[in-house]
Amino acid sequence: MDCSHVFEFKFKRLIVVFTLFSAFLLVSLGVKAQVDSTHKASETHAETTEKKKFEIGKFALHHIADSHSWHVIGETYIGLPVILYAEGKLVTFNSSDFKHDDDAKVVVEKGGKRFVKMHEKIYLASAVANEHGQFVDLDEKHHAKNERPLDFSLTKNTCTLLISVVLLLVVFISVANSYKKRQGKSPKGLQSWLEPIILFVRDDIAKPNLGHKHERFMPYLLTVFFFIWFNNMLGLVPFLPGGANLTGNIAVTMVLAIITFGITVFNGNKHYWKHIFWMPGVPVPMKIFLMPLELIGIFTKPIALMIRLFANITAGHILVLSLICLIFVFNSIWVSAASIPFAIFIGGIELMVAFIQAFIFTILSALFIGMAVEEHH
Amino acid sequence: MDLLIPEVGLVVFQTIAFLLLMFLLGKFAWKPVLAAIKEREQSIDDALNKAELAKQEMARLTSQNEELMKQARADRDEILKEAKMLKDNIVNEAKTSAHTEGAKLIEKARIEIENQKKAALAELKGQVSALSLDIAERVLRSQLDDKAKQQDLVNNLLKDVELN
Repeated sequence: MDCSHVFEFKFKRLIVVFTLFSAFLLVSLGVKAQVDSTHKASETHAETTEKKKFEIGKFALHHIADSHSWHVIGETYIGLPVILYAEGKLVTFNSSDFKHDDDAKVVVEKGGKRFVKMHEKIYLASAVANEHGQFVDLDEKHHAKNERPLDFSLTKNTCTLLISVVLLLVVFISVANSYKKRQGKSPKGLQSWLEPIILFVRDDIAKPNLGHKHERFMPYLLTVFFFIWFNNMLGLVPFLPGGANLTGNIAVTMVLAIITFGITVFNGNKHYWKHIFWMPGVPVPMKIFLMPLELIGIFTKPIALMIRLFANITAGHILVLSLICLIFVFNSIWVSAASIPFAIFIGGIELMVAFIQAFIFTILSALFIGMAVEEHH
Repeated sequence: MDLLIPEVGLVVFQTIAFLLLMFLLGKFAWKPVLAAIKEREQSIDDALNKAELAKQEMARLTSQNEELMKQARADRDEILKEAKMLKDNIVNEAKTSAHTEGAKLIEKARIEIENQKKAALAELKGQVSALSLDIAERVLRSQLDDKAKQQDLVNNLLKDVELN
């Protein structure tokens, strides 16, 4: 399989866009560093009374996970709506009812049910508290064993999702309108910013992989590209409305990968299926041997898509957080002289990763779809 | 490993939101944008093709003009040559005709002169003969009187003749 065209992307057109975004986001990353450090400072200060040791892993994982409240700055949180479906009943309340408790110690009673929140997950509360004052039953690994209601809350990630959807709609519908207004003229403003990227997706992602059939799949490829890119960027903005790790969430990448998988499967022509179940041009025993491998291949491709995006974005967030946390691990302000510039440098790389991961997800989607719809002569 | 377990709520929201986004963007953004881009590319291609055609047309016209100019120049030269030839012919003709005419006139004049001369000579002859007769008559008459006188008379008469 010839993959060389995967790497033949034209950076020149995008370098301007990149530079501007980088300039903006490097500044915001500096702010992120400050915000995080102040936030952390207050947290560690409170924790020093209980335990001296700062748990870097726990802190980073907490930051990249989804949350029922949105941290603004310092001790300020925005409570987000909690929507639960428990035993045939829909229960809603605001997450601030938990009073920022994340250790199952505060019980919220709504609709005849009792709920506790532990590690940003909502459980049906136990009748009595355990020896730590937690209304959950813990297993030996300190995981809650309680039943969980179906959680359709507007979490931080869900809100970011909705914000990004609105943002994408506003941006691209306004761009589409400027095309209507300036029909036949050269692009201007936002339109001229995004047109090279739209053309990049069309000419360097869709056309080489899908050929003359690219037009049918352009809406999906463009949407998935800009959805991933915008959300990667929003994830790098440390304050509202960014800061959520949406594209680093396995649920999001799973849905995107499943859509690619669905498009591939439903558009696969008979040559595609023949190559999977009865590989032409090889002896019969080989055909039988290849069948299960090819069948597994159908599933490993979208799974790789899912894991790749999730892991890359999550890793980037963890890296930046870890560098900031070094200050608190060593408990010295002088570490910041090294860790903050390095965090900013990594942040700069993350900007590139944000684009490249969107590009890779899109081009691999196009490649998989292209393999399924390819005409064999 | 909570990170690797997808939350049901987010899966549902993401599916709905993404499909809705794809539908809306596809309808209201990608379709007009891609159509406009395609249209513009088409018009640029058309314009370039037209420019190329115009260039070719221009070149064709220029070469045609040159051809015409060349033709015109050749025609002019031809006409000038013809005119010159005509002029030379006319001049030559005029010259020859003038020559012949002159020669004719001279011939005529010569004949006239000859005629006149002949006439004059004839008249002179007449007169001479008349005079001679006269003289002869007078001589004969004076001879009849005196020989010397006759001589004088002849001399005088001859003088008169000379004076005449």
